[in-house]
Amino acid sequence: MKRAVFFAPFIGFIALVAILYAGFHLNDPSHLPSALVGQRFPGFELPELTSGKVLGHQTLLGEIRLVNVWATWCPTCLHEHTTLMDIRRATGLSIVGINYRDDGEKARRWLSLYGDPYDFTIVDANGDLGVELGVYGAPETFIVDADGIIRFRHVGDVNDGNWNREFLPILDSLTDG
Amino acid sequence: MTTSTSDVLTAKYESLDATLGTLWGAGPEIGHLAAIIGLVAAIVLSVLGHVGAATRRRSWVENSGSFAVLQLITLVVAFVLLVHAFLKDDYSVVYVVSNSNALLPWYYKVSAVWGAHEGSFLLWTLIMAGWTFAVAMIGRRLPYQIYGRVLGTLGLLNTGFLLFLLQTSNPFLRLVPNVPTVGADLNPLLQDFGLIVHPPLLYAGYVGFSVAFAFGVAGLISGRLDATWARWTRPWTNVAWAFLTVGITLGSWWAYYELGWGGWWFWDPVENASFMPWLAGTALIHSLAVTEKRSAFRSWTVLLTILTFSLCLLGAFIVRSGVLTSVHAFAVDPERGVFLLVLLGVTVGGSLALYAIRVPAIRGRIAYMGLSRELFLLINNALFVVAVAVVLVGTLYPLAYEAVTGGDKISVGPPYFNRLFVPLMGLLAVFLALVPVARWKRTPIRLFRQVCWLLLASMLVGAVFFVVAIMSDRVLNIGSIVGVVIAVTLALWLLLSHSVDFIQRKGARPLGYLGMLLAHIGFAVGAVGVATTSVFSHETEVRLSPGDTVELNARQYHFVSVTTVNGPNYIAQRAKFDVGGISLYPEKRNYLARDSVMTEAGIEPGFFQDLYIALGEPLPDGSWGVRIQEKVLVRWVWCGGLLVCFGGLLAVMDGRYRRLALRRDGLATAVKAA
Repeated sequence: MKRAVFFAPFIGFIALVAILYAGFHLNDPSHLPSALVGQRFPGFELPELTSGKVLGHQTLLGEIRLVNVWATWCPTCLHEHTTLMDIRRATGLSIVGINYRDDGEKARRWLSLYGDPYDFTIVDANGDLGVELGVYGAPETFIVDADGIIRFRHVGDVNDGNWNREFLPILDSLTDG
Repeated sequence: MTTSTSDVLTAKYESLDATLGTLWGAGPEIGHLAAIIGLVAAIVLSVLGHVGAATRRRSWVENSGSFAVLQLITLVVAFVLLVHAFLKDDYSVVYVVSNSNALLPWYYKVSAVWGAHEGSFLLWTLIMAGWTFAVAMIGRRLPYQIYGRVLGTLGLLNTGFLLFLLQTSNPFLRLVPNVPTVGADLNPLLQDFGLIVHPPLLYAGYVGFSVAFAFGVAGLISGRLDATWARWTRPWTNVAWAFLTVGITLGSWWAYYELGWGGWWFWDPVENASFMPWLAGTALIHSLAVTEKRSAFRSWTVLLTILTFSLCLLGAFIVRSGVLTSVHAFAVDPERGVFLLVLLGVTVGGSLALYAIRVPAIRGRIAYMGLSRELFLLINNALFVVAVAVVLVGTLYPLAYEAVTGGDKISVGPPYFNRLFVPLMGLLAVFLALVPVARWKRTPIRLFRQVCWLLLASMLVGAVFFVVAIMSDRVLNIGSIVGVVIAVTLALWLLLSHSVDFIQRKGARPLGYLGMLLAHIGFAVGAVGVATTSVFSHETEVRLSPGDTVELNARQYHFVSVTTVNGPNYIAQRAKFDVGGISLYPEKRNYLARDSVMTEAGIEPGFFQDLYIALGEPLPDGSWGVRIQEKVLVRWVWCGGLLVCFGGLLAVMDGRYRRLALRRDGLATAVKAA
């Protein structure tokens, strides 16, 4: 029995390798249905980035919106930023930013430097809203319908590929319905 | 007179060069051949060492040392020939033409050798051969079964590395017949003093842990994992750890002044790749102390030797496989990555299997009580292993995510690392402050009384500091101030408890003890630097034209002028700023060969704070985006790192290791004589 303990590191290593190997052949975890889909967007009372005005959950209502979680410490967000600018320009879709665990000064500088695709940006400096949303990295993007219901969650950057493959069909179905 | 002497010398050199001309011309081929001979030497070394030890052929083992010498000589030859190709601008060599340029100053031509993948891996194998040579020379007094297995394991490892080099990353490949005339130049980011010294030091650390690993493997095979084994392993591990410490510190300093952001640690995968082995190595050197002094933690210590070196290999895989640029790129050209993965899998899997089979027979049970030094070192180990796990998950998760989703990227940034890492280090500081009172086996409670008073004194100072910080008119959030106050209090407590112990200690204060004090105090200094600089620093980003003045933290920054300056291989816009009697010269450099623009920050370093100015983009109206920062106590971060490194080196020089070796020798001769 005791001897088995010493096999633990070896077995752990083999398991890690197996999981990684299997991972490469499994489905995309960003496609996994999120528990949040179909739920109401969590309530919040947080300041807006530039105006400082406190916004609540009702500000999201009335329109289909993309809600994009971003931060200046996140290099992937910078990469994604151009895509968001393009989407905003091409579709006119409302995009709302959540500035996640970041420095307000840096975030404002970022938007003035790279352009601002957001209708408004909610400041989640302590990451509380992020916890509600189950955010564990950045960026993440949600589709929220006019009633404030989360319709889709995407973890990782929005790029041309997943925009056409995943976002557009859902947005189309929402506008048709 | 002097000119004629130098003329004569130049003429002599040229005639020598001409004589050697044909030979020099074939330099890359000879270098390639030398690397192949090095590979053969590594294979012979592994066979002689392992088979000799297993079959008790003493002469095989004793002769294996000469192949360690041969391996070093051939790799030095290969390396020197590559350096020569760079100095002579031999653009028929692919690696030279892609990483050098005729305009590059000679010292950057030399450091360009390890500026990219192939050359830096050649340096890796060379350093590996250097460590093997050192073990072969210094370790002669070891029992021959241990000596043979250590050298044999090192030989096996370098066999793998050299196969990788020759198979996937040959720096000697030629580009013929159409030889380019202009080199692509070294990446401008790397044209810097920091890069000349950073990689060799870092590699010396990475590869150095292979010695601890080899001792671990040799101990497992031979069934010897006792106090003596730990005493052999300790100095080697300390040296490797000290190299890694100084390498990481220099890397952080380089990022600070070269990247132009004023940050000193970014939690990016390349940094983490070197930080993980450091954390595991720190656990290892402490665990080795317990194994040496008390014969305890044996199976745990040997597992750490495997873990530490595995993390070194993992780091090499992360940095060298191309998986960082993009998992996609890795999948398209997987040759290097797959080779490294196989190397990693065989080494880690093989050694862990050996561990599982051999360790139950070897481990010992030693009793110790609560509140003993053993317990403190166990806590140290637990904290460091958790820290490794935190960094490992944060580093691998984005890579795994990208691989699994087929290209979606995600960033796990400083918020994740800081939230988990900072509390761990706080906890570590508490136990560190208690270290001087802890005794082996069992600590009398009364010893804790004094250290509690010291804590009280530190808290008093911390409280005063808190009030002063709150009273100062700065707009700061209370939470961050509390963070700094906690850090300063703990650091002060640590300093006091260690100083008091130094003063009160009866009898000798050996170098090992002094090294421990110095390294722990280095940790305190670094912690104060980290906490203070991240909370109390000032920063502004403004648009300025020459003649403008801006104020930051009651200090006037006057933008005097911008002039154009010609460097050896770049043209720079150099700005002049006057700040209270001193001038700073930040630059924007355009490196011609690659047409890439680099920011060279203007820094006025100081013990208490750095003034840091970086030029942003020039704007059409002649003004510039300028980032001005005052980094409070930022130098303390690196001072701490250097103190930790010196502490490690001091412990290595402790004469007790040599005396014990001699005494054992004396004993052996006495036995022989009898």
